Parts: sequence; structure tokens; C-alpha cells
Amino acid sequence: MTPQEILQGLYDETLVGNAPRVLELTEEGLSNAMEPQTLLFDALIPSLEEVGARFERGDFFVPEMLIAGRAMAGAMERLRPLLAETGVATVGKFLMGTVKGDVHDIGKNLVNIMLEGAGFEVIDLGVQVAPEKFVAAIEEHQPDIVGFSAFLTTTMPMFKANINALEKAGLRNEVVVMVGGAPVTQEYADAVGADGYAADASACVKRAKALLDARRTKVPA
Amino acid sequence: MTSPSAEPGEPLHTVLRSASKEVRIGHDQRFCLIGERINPTGRRIFQEQLRAGDMSAIEKDVKAQVEGGADVLDVNMGVPLTDEPELLASAIRLIQSVTDLPICIDSSVVEALEAGLSAYEGRALVNSVTAEDERLAAILPLVKRYDAAIIALPNDEDEIPMEADKRLDLTAKIIRVATEEYGIAKADIVIDPLAMPIGADTTTSRVTWETMRRIRDEHGVNMTCGASNTSFGMPDRHTLGAAWLPMAMAAGLTSAIMDTRTPQIVEAVKAADVFLDHDEWGMAWIAAHRAKAASAT
Repeated sequence: MTPQEILQGLYDETLVGNAPRVLELTEEGLSNAMEPQTLLFDALIPSLEEVGARFERGDFFVPEMLIAGRAMAGAMERLRPLLAETGVATVGKFLMGTVKGDVHDIGKNLVNIMLEGAGFEVIDLGVQVAPEKFVAAIEEHQPDIVGFSAFLTTTMPMFKANINALEKAGLRNEVVVMVGGAPVTQEYADAVGADGYAADASACVKRAKALLDARRTKVPA
Repeated sequence: MTSPSAEPGEPLHTVLRSASKEVRIGHDQRFCLIGERINPTGRRIFQEQLRAGDMSAIEKDVKAQVEGGADVLDVNMGVPLTDEPELLASAIRLIQSVTDLPICIDSSVVEALEAGLSAYEGRALVNSVTAEDERLAAILPLVKRYDAAIIALPNDEDEIPMEADKRLDLTAKIIRVATEEYGIAKADIVIDPLAMPIGADTTTSRVTWETMRRIRDEHGVNMTCGASNTSFGMPDRHTLGAAWLPMAMAAGLTSAIMDTRTPQIVEAVKAADVFLDHDEWGMAWIAAHRAKAASAT
């Protein structure tokens, strides 16, 4: 296969969520001396962007998004160590967790998949994550964005508690805060002082990228 | 106002009442449709109206659910940044003034459940408690004090279990605590076996049905669940709902919190009642047919 065929194959097979084939093509590309970042930025990420676009248009449905994300995640597992060696930066580091008192994670997991698909490094703290655990993880991983997920109107107030904990730890300006979950609205996100909100996984990726772009132009590295 | 405590082998009946109407949920009864849309979650305009004290949308939602064939109405007033107890109590008073259907009082805020129960006239269904010790201790005394029935979810503070075994363990715990520690009749415990979106996990409905069969066979209690959840993220959700509910009914589901505005789903449930022999000789089915024919002429 030519490099062009490999990239096209990766794009097409990721789009339909054919995980075994995506992994094979990744291996094929690597054994043909293709750069890991070429496979990532010229095939996998564009494919997941197309998945997101189709989802937003209502042409793609949740399971299709899920299997495409999984196919990409399989390839990423293979590529991540190589990318780290070559020093290629990820799009950004995203720390994610469902807030304390809440054990719902289906939506959060979908968001994780789409974020990884967009090239983010995602660190998932799971469910029932207490404010102090978020603080400790931010200190340890130094993410660009932290995401708080809540499924219940009773656990949504934990957004504010988490943000207060970040302020107290002097971390509030170190990290972008995004919130989401079924009952969450833009209005509520604003009220608790979050930087960003998105209604679904695909929108979250867009918003996360936009927030990072805004931050990077504001604070030149 | 005690519920009939069933003889061994007799199906348990969860009896709900408004001021003037009684509804029974049971494994030998027609399926109980709990209309779900009186809920502002995810509805921005509805939330703004409620915050501004405008309750007109509630009446419209109630009317739609009643016309669709709801037996009970689920009422949730979880609007962020409002006084939920006050709002829920007002909504319940309003709804009881326009319909005689019993109400399922839906909140995760204990104070709101209490306000709702105290405003309610009749015998309510409370939605819901989990198997978490703190939640059981906060909510079950209210259920007992107000002589209500309770929906209980077999999840705890660690997780929403994805295996039937763990859900059965937590169901057994809930039933034990509710009956032995709080004196609540088994007939008044309605377990939600946890229905998850098929789009996120292809095995999830099989787990839910296994959970239902085992809860029915081992405990005999009534069950309900949020049926719309199962088709989340999929196209043509009505057809999926119309297939899912009869399959769940065959596994022992005796009621569901669902949108009764969709005739396709409601009719699928009524048809399943006929086949499960919960609508003897199909008399309700036939009567509905006649009513439809009469209104068409």
C-alpha cells in the first residue's frame, strides 16, 4: 500500500469504527516508516472530526460515534508512546471526572472518547470524584482543562464546590474549567463560574479547542 | 389505608391514590403508564417560565400526558437555582386541581420530596431512593410517615452496577432495610432495575431483563423504569420504545415512566397486556378499538 492509501484506509475504517482494521493499518503505516504524527494528524483526527460533524448534523448516531472513537483509541494506544518520544505535543491535556455524590458516567465516557478522537490526552478520574481529589490530580497532571460532569440537579452544586476548592488551592487560573451533564445549562455553567459548557460530546470537543485557542493567544507560551 | 399485604403466591399490589382515584400496580394488572414529561430538565424555556412563576406549561404537559393514556403522572420540578421544595409543592397543588390521576413525586432533593408529600392529597409514589445508606435513612422515614410507596434504584455510592448479580444484591438490601427497619410494606416498594441506553452498551438491555426476571421471581415486587432512556442516541426512538417495553413486560416490568404522547408506544404496551393475560379477553383492547372507531365517525 502507498502511504496515501494507508492514510485513506485509516480515515475510512476509523469512520466506520472498524477497530481491528484501523490497528492493522496503523502497523502497516509504521512498518512503511510513516511518521506517527502523520497517521494521527492526517488520518485519525480528520476522521473523528468528520464523525463529530456527522453527529451534529444528525447523520451519525451514538453507537457510531462510540465505535469510531474506540477504533481510534486502539490506534492511539499504539501511537502514544511513539508520539511522546518524538516530542509531538497533544492538542491538550483534559482531566475529567464525575463529581462527588454522582455515579453516572455514560455521557462522560462518550465525551472522553470524542476528546481522545480529537487528539486530547484524557485523564479520567472516574465517578464520585471529591474536590480535593480534583485538586490533587490537577497538581499532579497539570492539565489544560478540567471537566466536571454531573447527571443530577442535586450533584450539580458540586461544580461550585470544586471551583471553590481550585481557588483555595491557587489553581483556578492554571486551568480551564468545563462543566456538563444532562441537567446542566449554559446559564448554570455561567452562574457557577465555569469557563465553558457544551450540550454533547461533539460540542464539547469544539468548545474545548476554542477555549484553549483563546487561552493560548491571550497568554503566549 | 394499608396496602393489601399479599398472601404467599398472591401478587403484590402497589396502591396509589389521588383524592378520588385509585391505581394498582401489580404483576397481574394491566401495565401502569407513568407519564414523564412534567419535568423541566433540559427544557430551557420551561425552566425560565417556572423561575418567573409561570406554571402554564405544566397544565399543557399534564393535559398531553393524560390524553395520551397516562395512569399516573411523574412530576419533577428540578430547576437549578430555584426553591425546588416550594415549586414542587405548588406544582402538585396545581396538577391535583386539574386532574384526578395519582402522582409520582420526583426529586433527588429530600426537602422537595417532603414538601411534595405534604402538599399531596392521596397516596403518592415517591421517585426515588437508592441503596445508599444515607439516602435510605433520609427518605424512607418520609415514605412511612406520609404512607406513600417508593421507587428504589439498586445503585450505591460506588457505582451503577452493570451486572445483574450486584443489582439483585442491592435490591435485597433495599427490601430488607425498608421492611425491617422502617416498616414499609413490600407491596409499596417499586424497584427500578436500571435501564440504560442501548447505544452506549450493546449488552445493557439483556442485563436489565435478567435483573427484572430475577427480581420478579425472587422478590415478587413491582418494578418501574425510565423507558425512554433505552433508545437515547438512536434514530427512530419510538419504534425502539415500542419493542423494548413489551419485551421488558415479559421479563416482569409492571410500570414505566414514559412519554405517553406517543401512540405507537402506548399501543404496543396495551397489546402486550393482552398477550400477557393482564387484559382479560382483551376487553380493554376491544373497548379502546370501539372508542376509536366511534370517534372516527
